[in-house]
Order: sequence, then structure tokens, then C-alpha cells
Amino acid sequence: MENLKALSFELRKDIIDMIYKAKTGHIGGDFSVLDILITLYYKHLNISPETAEDPNRDRFILSKGHSVEALYSVLAKKGFFPKSDLETYSQFKSKYIGHPNNKINGIEMNSGSLGHGLSVCVGMALAAKMNGATYRVYTVMGDGELAEGSVWEGAMAGGHYKLDNLTAIVDRNRLQISGTTEEVMTQDNLDERFQSFGWNVIHANGNNIDALDEAFQIAKATKEKPTVIIADTTKGYGVSFIENSAPWHHKIPSQEEYQKAITELEQRRLAANE
Amino acid sequence: MNKISNRQVINDVLMENAKEDSDITVLCSDSRGSASLSSFASSFPKQFVETGIAEQNIISIAAGLASCGKKSYVASPACFLSTRSMEQAKVDVAYSNTNVKLIGISGGVSYGALGMTHHSANDIATMSSIPNMRVYIPSDRFQTRYLFEGLLKDNQPAYIRVGRNPVEDVYTEGNVPFEFDKATVVHEGTDLAIIACGEMVKPAKDAAEKLEEQGIKARVLDMYCVKPIDKAAIEAAAKDTKAIITIEEHTYIGGLGAMVSQIVSATEPKKVINMALPDSPVVTGNSQEVFDYYELNANGIIKVALELMKHVK
Repeated sequence: MENLKALSFELRKDIIDMIYKAKTGHIGGDFSVLDILITLYYKHLNISPETAEDPNRDRFILSKGHSVEALYSVLAKKGFFPKSDLETYSQFKSKYIGHPNNKINGIEMNSGSLGHGLSVCVGMALAAKMNGATYRVYTVMGDGELAEGSVWEGAMAGGHYKLDNLTAIVDRNRLQISGTTEEVMTQDNLDERFQSFGWNVIHANGNNIDALDEAFQIAKATKEKPTVIIADTTKGYGVSFIENSAPWHHKIPSQEEYQKAITELEQRRLAANE
Repeated sequence: MNKISNRQVINDVLMENAKEDSDITVLCSDSRGSASLSSFASSFPKQFVETGIAEQNIISIAAGLASCGKKSYVASPACFLSTRSMEQAKVDVAYSNTNVKLIGISGGVSYGALGMTHHSANDIATMSSIPNMRVYIPSDRFQTRYLFEGLLKDNQPAYIRVGRNPVEDVYTEGNVPFEFDKATVVHEGTDLAIIACGEMVKPAKDAAEKLEEQGIKARVLDMYCVKPIDKAAIEAAAKDTKAIITIEEHTYIGGLGAMVSQIVSATEPKKVINMALPDSPVVTGNSQEVFDYYELNANGIIKVALELMKHVK
């Protein structure tokens, strides 16, 4: 079994490489969401380059599309495209743009405007129910994203249709560009909100793969209602000076910061391997 | 007078095809009655999705269904579908290139007396401005049938606007010249061209018949395919005739007239007069009263045509 914790630090290096070279990207959210993506792609989703067109493949939408570098790093590692493709990230004429798009192998739908993914997933989950298909549908939203009203239209429909094949994950890193989510727009009563729309609510440490794995198992076993996993994460997780810092939502590291981050990530990767 | 509305025809075509094709899926936002889709909903409950009054949600759900192989037909009032949920149309339908057909019902000023909230006098402008979104406004029940039979065969995004009430026939049973994405020549002539869409095609045809009695021969184009617009037909009209009138149930900003003017000015410059609704909330009344008030009728077209013919050689 691959050491997924070590892998998470390896992929964080790939992400910071991408962003440092392209001088664009969203490090903070990439690092908070990455362990969720690794858990999904390595332990739950029945998606691989070979099954990318299989009608019964699980569906995943990164609704917080600005964390696309994290998704790219996972998809490349899983072999959906060569890692060398990512050298073109954000470059002239590259298809590897700053938000997910479905011209890229392994990406289902275009996202980037917040508050769409959950409703699209409701459609995907309904299609499974209509066809008697067994695939499952997953989306990751940011906690800042939950201020979008359309999220709650999707939540309402997911509860109404009792979509137990649908799991939403909230990357609860508590920071957005302007500050903490509680300062910008309160999100601290998420349990009550989702429960009132008919959802099963689970909390998990969102930077702990074992904890997330367990939460996804519970979601799979839950019948007659969709599940939301409130994944408590640390924005910028993995690099001490990037963690829990609002400016690192989309700050580009200097050369010195880049070296420092790579060194710390490599140390943590080695430690995880021991 | 015809009693069958275009929305009723859409329901009929979808029902006829849904029997054979279980992927055809209709979505309504508490709008099945106003969309004349109640019989579809009761006949094909497994192919019908109700979202409640949630226009953003309905489009995203339709896109999710389509990405899993469904053929999504969303029917909701044009006023909401074309503006409130415009971003979902842009991102989840046009950008993701999903097989979603957005049917704007009770379009234009169908809900005349309900005020500007319920008018979609700007839906051509909004929906046409989205890259990869097509826009169709059929003129009568016969053309609506051909249009939907054509749309059922493709898997690309489109927005289709229809009005609420039955409209007078432009064509006759068994005689419906229709080629997909090509304007239909409703009346032939070389003195001037009248380019119309939707409910304005019938008055354009009536006007052309009356003008002919006065010795003016007008070519009437039914430009139901507002986008992709039939550029060749417009260029030919500009070349063959002396002047062009456009008429539409839409403001003059970003609508059919604006598109025609853009093409004519770049290729075969001729004088183009845009007949359209004003850039303001429209007068209260049923749709015919509104059309008459702004002279969007056969007499209005004749008046503009006679004045125009005085000034062109």
C-alpha cells in the first residue's frame, strides 16, 4: 500500500512547483483540499485513466475550482496525463488553465464560478437513480463558497430527492481572501443548515487521510439521504509559514519562500516515510 | 384562428419522442403548467424532474443529467431563464458543452400586464452573448415542430424562446419550408427586405402582401435561427434589395436588428431600420396591445416601408 501521507507531501511539492513557475495559483486552498482529493482518488473513486469514459464511473466535481493545481497533481500522479504536461500550466495556449475544464482527461465538468458544483452533482446523482446505476457522485466546496445562494438550492434538491449516492465535502479551512469566514460571512452553524435540508452531517479532520476514509465509508453506508462531510482543514497545510494565513490564498512565493517550502515539505515527506 | 400554442407543440414533440428515447428528460421549475408540460410530466414521470422555483438549480441539474447521457429540456419562463440563471447557462451548459436545451416560455411581452419582471425583451441579447449558445425563436406551431425535431437530433446547447399564446399560422400544414439554421423566405421580393423572428414574422408577411398591392415587392425572411444567424441570407437580401427592415419582440439593443445591421454594414451596406421595443419598461397591456402601441404590426411595417422607399433608389 502506497504511503499516502508521504504522497501528500510529494504532491504539495508538485503544486508549489507549478505555482512558483507559472507565478499564478491558489496555494492555500490547494494545500487544505489535497488530502481530501488523495483520499477520494486513492481509496474511493472507481476512476482511472482506463475507466474515464465508463458510464458507471464515479463522478467528481471540484466545485472550488480555484484549487485546480491540487487536482492536476493528483490526476497526473494517477496517470490521466503526463506530469510533464503541467509544465504548461497557465502558459499561452495550454489547456491546463487556472480552473478545471473538461477538455482535460479525468475532469468531468468545467468549474471555477463558485456555487455550481453541488447542483450539477444533484443532476448526476439523479441520472444514476433514473438509470438504476450504482456509481456515486462527489463534490468538494470551499467554506467561503457556501455564501453562494445556489449552494442551498442544490442542498435543498439533494435532500428532497434523498440522494444517498451524493456526498458533498466542505473544505472547512476557515479562511477566505478577505479574512476568516466568520468575519466575512458566518458559516459556523453548518450542521443545522445541512440537517434542516435533510442531509446527514459528518465531521472529519480534513488533513487526515484515515479520518477522511472513515467519513467516506459512513457516507457510503448512509441510506435515504445525502451526506456532507465537514472536513476541518488547515489552509496552507504542510508548510508552516503558509498555514492559516489569509494572504496565502493566492500569494506567489518568492525564491526564498519557495526553497524554504520545498525543504520543509521534503522533510515532512521523509518523516512520513519512516 | 389557430388555437394551438407553440409551447403545446413542444410538449407534443417531446412526448412523441420520449416513448422511444428514455434519455429525453424534461425539467420544470414549478412551471409544468405554464409550459404546457403537465401531460409530459404525468405520462413520463421517470423522465421528468421538478426543481421547484429555483432557476439556477434547474440549469445546473440539467447539465449534470446531460453529462451523464440525458437529453435535458428545461422549461421555465424566459424572463428568469435568460437572466437570473444566465451564469449557469454560461458555465454549466455553454462552457461545459452539455446537451441542455433551455426553453424560455412566455417570452418577450407574453406576460404583458405583469410588468418588466416578467418580460424578456432582452433575452436575445443575453443568451446570444454567451459563446457556444445558440438562440432560436420559432414563428408558428408548424415551424416549432420542425425546430424541435431538429434539436432532438443534436447534442449541443441551445436557448429557444416561445410565446405564451397561440399565434396565427405563418405556414400551412404540409407546406413548411424548413432547413436547419437557414432563414425561411416567407415572401419573395427585391425592393426591400423585412427580416423578422418569432411573433413578428406573421405581421411581416401580412405587410409584404399589402405592400405588393401598392407595387412594392418585399422579401420576408423568417430568421428563427437568431444564432447562428443565417448570414448568407442577410447578405443576399442586402445585395438583392434596396433597404432592410428588421422587426422583433425585443429591445433594439443586442437583438436581431443589431445582428443584421452588423452583417449588412460589413458586407453590403444598405439602409437598415430596426423596429423593436424601446429601451424602457413597456406599456401595460396584453401582447397585441403592446405590439400595437409600439407599431410592431403590419401597419407599422407598411408605414416604415413606404417612408423608407421614398429615400432609397
